[in-house]
Amino acid sequence: MSGIPVQQTSSTFLGMPSFQRAAREALGDTQQRRNLAHATATIRAKRAQVVGEVEQWEALRVAGAEAKDEALHHLPDYLEQLEASLTDNGAVVHWARDAAEAGRIVIDIARAKDTDEVVKVKSMATQEIELNEALEAAGIAAWETDLAELIVQLGQDRPSHILVPAIHRNRAEIREIFLREMGGVGRAAPEDLSDDPARLAEAARLHLREKFLRAKVAVSGANFAIADTGTLVVVESEGNGRMCLTLPETLISVVGVEKVLPTFADLGTMLQLLPRSSTGERMNPYTSMWSGITPGDGPQEVHVVLLDNGRSHVLADEVGREALRCIRCSACLNVCPVYERAGGHAYGSVYPGPIGAVLNPQLRGASSDVDKSLPYASSLCGACFEACPVRIDIPSLLVHLRTQVVDEASGRSPEAASMKAASWMFRDHRRLEAAQRAATLGSRLIGDRTVRSVPGLGAWTQARDLPTPPPETFRQWWARTHGEDGHTEGDG
Amino acid sequence: MSAREEILARLRAATADVPTGPGARGEVPTIAATSASDVETLDLFVDHVADYRATVIRCSPDQVGAEVAAALARGRAHTVLVPDGLDASWVAAAQTAGLTLRRDAGADGERLSADELDGVDAVVTAARVGIATTGTIVLDHTPDQGRRALTLVPDQHVCVIRADQVVHDVPDAVALLEPSRPLTWISGPSATSDIELDRVEGVHGPRTLDVVVVDPRG
Repeated sequence: MSGIPVQQTSSTFLGMPSFQRAAREALGDTQQRRNLAHATATIRAKRAQVVGEVEQWEALRVAGAEAKDEALHHLPDYLEQLEASLTDNGAVVHWARDAAEAGRIVIDIARAKDTDEVVKVKSMATQEIELNEALEAAGIAAWETDLAELIVQLGQDRPSHILVPAIHRNRAEIREIFLREMGGVGRAAPEDLSDDPARLAEAARLHLREKFLRAKVAVSGANFAIADTGTLVVVESEGNGRMCLTLPETLISVVGVEKVLPTFADLGTMLQLLPRSSTGERMNPYTSMWSGITPGDGPQEVHVVLLDNGRSHVLADEVGREALRCIRCSACLNVCPVYERAGGHAYGSVYPGPIGAVLNPQLRGASSDVDKSLPYASSLCGACFEACPVRIDIPSLLVHLRTQVVDEASGRSPEAASMKAASWMFRDHRRLEAAQRAATLGSRLIGDRTVRSVPGLGAWTQARDLPTPPPETFRQWWARTHGEDGHTEGDG
Repeated sequence: MSAREEILARLRAATADVPTGPGARGEVPTIAATSASDVETLDLFVDHVADYRATVIRCSPDQVGAEVAAALARGRAHTVLVPDGLDASWVAAAQTAGLTLRRDAGADGERLSADELDGVDAVVTAARVGIATTGTIVLDHTPDQGRRALTLVPDQHVCVIRADQVVHDVPDAVALLEPSRPLTWISGPSATSDIELDRVEGVHGPRTLDVVVVDPRG
């Protein structure tokens, strides 16, 4: 191992059960399965159509992967360049080793501005560091302004998808949440609110507008940070991003170090790949770019927090570092047969789906139940690799991580122990016959029920139902119907 | 060690196996669709903007003022924001149509507060670049477009773009833009698909987008 520290698992996800156990529970939620099946099928079809319009899609994917690799392979150089460009443009650059340090930086800036609230643009990095919780503990309210994030925040829920975090909620549930919760934190939802999506969006517009107009400080992430020009880019749909990036006097952007791109020209590639892969649109409604401060236009105090939080640990793995190319489009979630059925919560992290299965065990180290199980949360069908706009070979990374998990546990896992026992048993037919007799005896006790778990083989049988052993083995049946002379030679 | 030094040291250690220096990949490739003619590019732009349920009007240069006034009338606007550097003939047309003008002087002069902007119905601007393959308009917030808040808070945006400003694909636009400017890429009106992936136009940004395409060919 590299000796570079991993990310500390936050309290929200500490003690999460393995993916397979959590997924079994999620599979029982038929409403969620219906919502997910509808949503992922819709977005898959949209994506396929707009990707099909682009003749040079494969060349774009290669260029996208090369742009990210260029930045990642020389990350210290590009970060220093980014810092210099941002500073030249009037921004203040901060560095955060981990979630706690990033939280402290943001809290200190907000306190210096004498405010007890911030408005937020949807950002995976701030979710990862649980910034809202840190701000709340410091007495500062963090208002999520993306519609789906608002639904999740008001419902005291967790996001289940990178792009559409409330994908597990349907319109009736959202109406209930708005009616129940909006009034407690600001402008209430109208009493005659229906579950028509247009009416629900209107309620969110009215609820959030007063917050946008009065906010002094906004917090955002960034989709891209351009090293040579010191430009940050936020890609969005609703205009809540523009509100946060434009109206408050102070803007704080928390940016993972892997978000850096070498040059402004790389946006020519990335802005073709991201919207088509993500929302399945030719282009998302709004993209904002800002290079530090523009006098008389937008925030006059601009901070950028460059966040490590386990990314350097991922970068140290020559194979696994490919996962840092991820531009958080979520195309891999939408094509994944496992995600479609299990949903996002079972992945035990803000990064669900195939990319979460490779990113989380690398960011956090494969020590917890959920992180050890994630490399197995896949059938290795390969759909995620084909959909990935920056060509992350997720199936190969999963196999690479499985090797690491098994190596770490070698000799101590139940699988390893049972394989050792099996090899001892198969070496002698008398031992095998004795074992089979014991199993069939078990079957007469169990009756006609499927065996769902075997003591001591918990992990192995969690995702596999064991068929009930037959009442009679083949050897017993042969002896009964053909007599003992049917016994063949050749034991060894 | 400071956080900066420690993170950079970790990243250097993590990439110690990389034999090359920055710039190893060579020139940034330009991967863009091409067009047979300017006419084809402009037709595609108009189709794709309309696909987002924005209203697109094509007109000759001498009709711009009238089309701007007509779009504001359709949006039932009473008050309209005019950035400092907006073409005087468009402003005159809006004034003749009986709208109340609100001026925003930009960096040096008097500027409207966020609450005042919230009380205005519509805004009229020029544009910097249009992109045909995506139906996108890019603003760089020079004086004929005004600062960013002007095209964000009012509920209707009437945007005038000349045919010669429309390029074919995304990389063509990136090459033309000045990165030191704040840039806003607009593709249709504000929208969300967060509720069961049903697209709803109009959340926080302008719910009505009118694009007036000025084509000397008429």
